[in-house]
Amino acid sequence: MKSHIIGYHTTQFGELWEKSLFDLVEETIDGVLKNTHIELGKIDAIFFGNMLGGILENNLHAGAKIADIFNISIPIFRVEGACASGGMAVHLAQEYIQSGKGKTVLVVGAEKMTDVQPEHITQGLISAASGEEQECGMTFPGLYALMARVYLKKYRYDKSNLAAIAVKNHAHGFLNPTAHFKRKVSIQQVLESSTVADPLGLLDCSPVSDGAASLIVTSDPAFIKKRGGITVLSSQVATDSISLLKRNSLTELKATQIAANKAFSESKIVRKNISLAEVHDCFTIAELFAMEDLGFWKKGEAGKRAINFETLRENNGPLIINTSGGLKASGHPVGATGIKQLGELYLQLTGRAEKRQVKNIKYGLAHNVGGSGGTAVVTILGV
Amino acid sequence: MKTGIISYGYYVPQYRIRVADIASVWGKNTLEIERGLGVKEKAVSTAAEDSLTMAYESSSMAMKGQTQPIGALFFGTESPVYAVNPSSTILGELLDIGNNYLAYDTQFACKAATGALISAIALVESKQIKSGLVVASDKAASRPHDALEYTAASGSVSVIVGEKNPILTIEGWESFSSDTPDFWRREGIKYPSHGGRFTGKPSYFKHIAGSVKTVLSKLRYKPTDFTYAVFHMPNGKFPVQVAAQLGFSTEQIKKSLVVSELGNSYTASALMGLVATLEYVKPGEKILFASYGSGAGSDAFVFTATQLIEKKRLMFSKKMSEKKYIDYPTYLKCMRII
Repeated sequence: MKSHIIGYHTTQFGELWEKSLFDLVEETIDGVLKNTHIELGKIDAIFFGNMLGGILENNLHAGAKIADIFNISIPIFRVEGACASGGMAVHLAQEYIQSGKGKTVLVVGAEKMTDVQPEHITQGLISAASGEEQECGMTFPGLYALMARVYLKKYRYDKSNLAAIAVKNHAHGFLNPTAHFKRKVSIQQVLESSTVADPLGLLDCSPVSDGAASLIVTSDPAFIKKRGGITVLSSQVATDSISLLKRNSLTELKATQIAANKAFSESKIVRKNISLAEVHDCFTIAELFAMEDLGFWKKGEAGKRAINFETLRENNGPLIINTSGGLKASGHPVGATGIKQLGELYLQLTGRAEKRQVKNIKYGLAHNVGGSGGTAVVTILGV
Repeated sequence: MKTGIISYGYYVPQYRIRVADIASVWGKNTLEIERGLGVKEKAVSTAAEDSLTMAYESSSMAMKGQTQPIGALFFGTESPVYAVNPSSTILGELLDIGNNYLAYDTQFACKAATGALISAIALVESKQIKSGLVVASDKAASRPHDALEYTAASGSVSVIVGEKNPILTIEGWESFSSDTPDFWRREGIKYPSHGGRFTGKPSYFKHIAGSVKTVLSKLRYKPTDFTYAVFHMPNGKFPVQVAAQLGFSTEQIKKSLVVSELGNSYTASALMGLVATLEYVKPGEKILFASYGSGAGSDAFVFTATQLIEKKRLMFSKKMSEKKYIDYPTYLKCMRII
């Protein structure tokens, strides 16, 4: 039987100074068990998505730490794929189920990012780039800014085409009670925000956030019958050169294209069936790439279609993107992001998304990227 | 007789650097920074000045005409001239106050001196000493390109606490403290570190609210009972926001908001706001005063002006207006960064 997502929980995303990494893990595991009325004894394994615990806090051997909190002895695996750690954890969890190792697993993702100085978090994050990129002092805003410059020049767009993504995702985040930023922004505000790495301004960049999210994935017919749930139609992981230097194109992410093609192929649905997606907008340019690389829009079209706000929920178009607020407004606690994306789809597909609910949806897609495109995870869910 | 502040003095260095001149070095948007911090320029001490020389200037001013023996000299700073060796005794020597005084230096980020002020009040009230000199002086350093560079400033304020002829009586005080590491500097490290926005809500705002609410409740006052309020000024925005949160009006705090022109002289910052307010306060009017020190704590005081303020009033605004602008390289020389 296919894996099903039968429960979701997320903590608040934001600057959660009073909570540690494992406070957040404990909170969300307790939360998802409570939401689903499932006892921890029914869980066969836990997959934990986390990137920076080892780097920022010297905090590794996470599996045993989670076991210690809950006084359990089941297998617990830490999964790391930079910003795609959460998506990778879900992927491995459903593979674990499909391989017959267990029936019901809990996937948790968490990151604690705001306790350290900005230079330390920047340095920690860039560990996910190539050695050459690190040595020349590059940062992720810098890498995405390079790609943005090429894209804007190639297709004759300007910064406002990028800014539209931030405006849309903040409008969505405004409706999400657990989002880091629950406020709307205008194109003008985005354009006037201080430059981080030209052409990306502060409001083109997702924030550093604390947060945790969790899902319960199962193939147990009894749980599925009792809880309903959303089917994981396909989960695909693809990789690419970690360094921009070795890429044939700076205006697309090959890993996204490969993972998406495989996911659509396996799920046997076509792109127009997808009416809702959570895509990886770590920077505004990344959402433009995502829309083209996932095959929703043609190459070079995304800038134009973004500024028409085609994927804004209130415009009721055929495809709504990032109702959670995306990484931009919902926040980006790295290890939790991929899980939150799938959780948002779960809420939408089960009619639990409250003020941001999109109607009449059958399929959703989540797209989670590691680094500047070295890893991509694409997951398709269906009712 | 009632314990109070019987005299005060201040020192504001002549040099100023504009926020615009710092912002342009780093390619930052000046308007955005000025708007974000509520600071347009800051006072800079010369390379020949340090926390001790400035303390001497403000203390000499406070000592003028004072006849009461100084039984205690407390020196609050976070930029002491020696890591080990008290500034308070050097200052005592320079002021020629004899040897029969209790001296110590205090350290508690920007509230090092207001904690010492409470100690001085207690010594006077318990009749252990006739009067005590409390000094707040800093040559605040910041790492170039750090957000602190726009605000970290130099300056000194001295107050003398005694029973005889106070210009401000002390109605009461309250302190609020917790382990909240929002700003720190390790031994041997040149520049302080800070926790960005963590310096706000869980730090500055929580602690000032804690001390102010308690002192108001204890003394049964409400914000409208005060003509003026003074809050520590790490920038121009925080005191405005904390005032609003606690129910004080813009009118009550505006005389104290000298940070926009002087920057944040750390231990002296809140007291700069107090001495700026003393230029305008009338006999009988009340002042709510609250310091904040990272790490963290806040001391809140209720002062009432006496008739003597008219006689001993100092024109702080005149001192503020005596200024000369310097460029960024000169600023670096003044701070001994180059």
